[in-house]
Amino acid sequence: MAETSDVASRRPPSPDAPPARPSRWNDPNFRALVFQGITLGGVILFAIFLVNNTMANLERQGIASGFGFLDDTAGFSIGTSLIPYQEENSYGRAFLVGLLNTLLVSVIGVVLATLMGFIVGVARLSKNWLISQIAMVYVEVIRNLPLLLQLFFWYFAVLRALPSPRDSIPLWESFFLNNRGFSVPRPLPEADFWLIPVALLVAIAASFLVARTAKRRQDLTGEQFPVLSANIGMIIGLPLLAAVLTGFPLHWEYPELRGFNFQGGITLIPELVSLVLALTIYTASFIAEIVRAGILSVSKGQTEAAYSVGLQPGLTLRKVIIPQALRVIIPPLTSQYLNLTKNSSLAAAIAYPDLVLIFAGITLNQTGQAVEVIGITMAVYLTISLSISFFMNVYNKRMALVER
Amino acid sequence: MKNAIGIAASSSLLLLASTTLVSAQTLDAVKEKDFIQCGVSQGLPGFSNPDEDGNWSGIDVDFCRGVAAAVFGDPDKVKYTPLSAKERFTALQSGEVDVLSRNTTWTLTRDSALGLNFAGVNYYDGQGFMVRTDLGVNSALELNGASVCTNIGTTTELNLADYFRANDMDYELVAFEKADEVVAAYDAGRCDVYTTDQSGLAAQRLKLTEPDAHKVLPEVISKEPLGPVVRHGDDQWLDIVKWTLYAMIEAEELGVNSANVEQMKAESDNPSIKRLLGTEGEMGEALGLPNQWAYNVIAQVGNYGEIYERNVGIETPLGLERGLNALWKDGGLMYAMPIR
Repeated sequence: MAETSDVASRRPPSPDAPPARPSRWNDPNFRALVFQGITLGGVILFAIFLVNNTMANLERQGIASGFGFLDDTAGFSIGTSLIPYQEENSYGRAFLVGLLNTLLVSVIGVVLATLMGFIVGVARLSKNWLISQIAMVYVEVIRNLPLLLQLFFWYFAVLRALPSPRDSIPLWESFFLNNRGFSVPRPLPEADFWLIPVALLVAIAASFLVARTAKRRQDLTGEQFPVLSANIGMIIGLPLLAAVLTGFPLHWEYPELRGFNFQGGITLIPELVSLVLALTIYTASFIAEIVRAGILSVSKGQTEAAYSVGLQPGLTLRKVIIPQALRVIIPPLTSQYLNLTKNSSLAAAIAYPDLVLIFAGITLNQTGQAVEVIGITMAVYLTISLSISFFMNVYNKRMALVER
Repeated sequence: MKNAIGIAASSSLLLLASTTLVSAQTLDAVKEKDFIQCGVSQGLPGFSNPDEDGNWSGIDVDFCRGVAAAVFGDPDKVKYTPLSAKERFTALQSGEVDVLSRNTTWTLTRDSALGLNFAGVNYYDGQGFMVRTDLGVNSALELNGASVCTNIGTTTELNLADYFRANDMDYELVAFEKADEVVAAYDAGRCDVYTTDQSGLAAQRLKLTEPDAHKVLPEVISKEPLGPVVRHGDDQWLDIVKWTLYAMIEAEELGVNSANVEQMKAESDNPSIKRLLGTEGEMGEALGLPNQWAYNVIAQVGNYGEIYERNVGIETPLGLERGLNALWKDGGLMYAMPIR
């Protein structure tokens, strides 16, 4: 038989010789390493090819490249800016203005959307039929309409309804609403003003301390301390005390109609207001569903157990349900924050000077350096998004279930 | 694993292919695909504007039709790409369009650092301001503190900044990406002033709810020579586009129009007309085109004067005088280099 003869023909290994080593290709770890090396090499080669090809084509067509343009004079005006900016400033400064405007909208949007989302999410679960139905209609209508459409609605619908500056709607003689925005008085601090924010900071720090001490005392002795009312009193009272002691070192610059527009004071431009409105209302509808899902994910037994040891419904929600629901809520909430930040780039459609409008729009067009400008813009959004993810992941770790 | 090998193999193949850079001549590419891709505006009456059926018309559109007539002898072999002011140069640079005919101002930066070539000027314009009549403003110098609506990515916003700075005036800028939104915001009262090229003001005014309640201020604050643009690095295509424009202007100067071109070709003894219409000399061949090229342009699209009057002239809703756009011998700036 062939098989036996085959076996027989093999020489038995001599006791001195080392056992024959299997080929390295039979080692799955080695194979994986080789293939990964080849893939990595391929990806690197491809990247080099892309860069080279771009450079060669730019050069062939005589298109300027490099980042020197950031120091050139911008020459264009920007409607609203958090830092001083003038036409003589550089493109780099204009970039900063756009970045800050984007961050402003994102931060306001995230805070408001979270608040509104939580309220609607809880309302959706309300036992009151009317409230839960209103919340449902809101969620279903808003999240199913394109954001850009809503943005245009808020911008043009609101703009058309408002009067011109000369026929402004006055509120208490010092606030003015018109189609150029909402003008409010600007606080102008005097010499001793610094004491008030310092007092506020002290109050906030102290309130953390109070909360911790109260918790420890409750853990040890079971005695409760009215933390919330004490802290609210402190946070309002301390700065107020400082203000009284220094004799209210603040006066107001009131907006007044001069020429075409209101001068002085602070004007919230309609672009900012409608962008924040649209982003908040849109994102809140998604957050509401996330909150509802989170709360529903906590089993009913938890509530019943809490009631059975005599906890009040409010306390049950705060101490039992929300902490467990948060574990389900936080990861998808992070995506909504990222979405909101990225959606803020729709600002360009309604003339809010965000990063995309100023940098990827005006600057790109005036300098023509598309590759650099778009590269920087993408890097900025990536950085913002990764930062949000990072902080939310840290928060998520803290809230995650700790097994004891 | 198979996937990984595939990626590695295809990327090395790409690397090999990359040694041959893309440098196809535009004329050959255009002939190959049998149409010209023309970058136009997103809707500016008189310059490039689609009607209800999606047919484009306007001075810039007729120019593209002229180039198609010169290359193919058929003005309809054009496809249009509507571009915002912001997108237009990238679209041309990347080869998405073959020629950009989109009321674009000729400036040094655009001609050099952007890697573009301007083929000439088909409309001499200047920037102006439009305001509501009931505002009671009679001069641009009275606009201190006003809110101004305009388009981003244009020379307009730079001129605006320069003008207000030079006259020591403040303003609030409200800049949109699309022209339609600028008009809508101005119409809704977001701004006191709408600024763009004078021809643009005349055109966009037609879109306002009450065109008669607005007026254009007398000041013209800039020079805006608008013309067709092509990419750097293809001289032949630049020549074709440039001489198509000159042929239109030259035809008007020689009195050749779409109505009489047939007769002129048969009967005229004027050597200039004979060279233009291809009965004498080899002008078309020098450009890489059939000798009939200019004849086709004039017969199928018309001379410059006809194009002007048809689209923006006194008889149209825009009602613009020839002004700077009259022939040089009539006191304007339109001047064609000699075709010989």
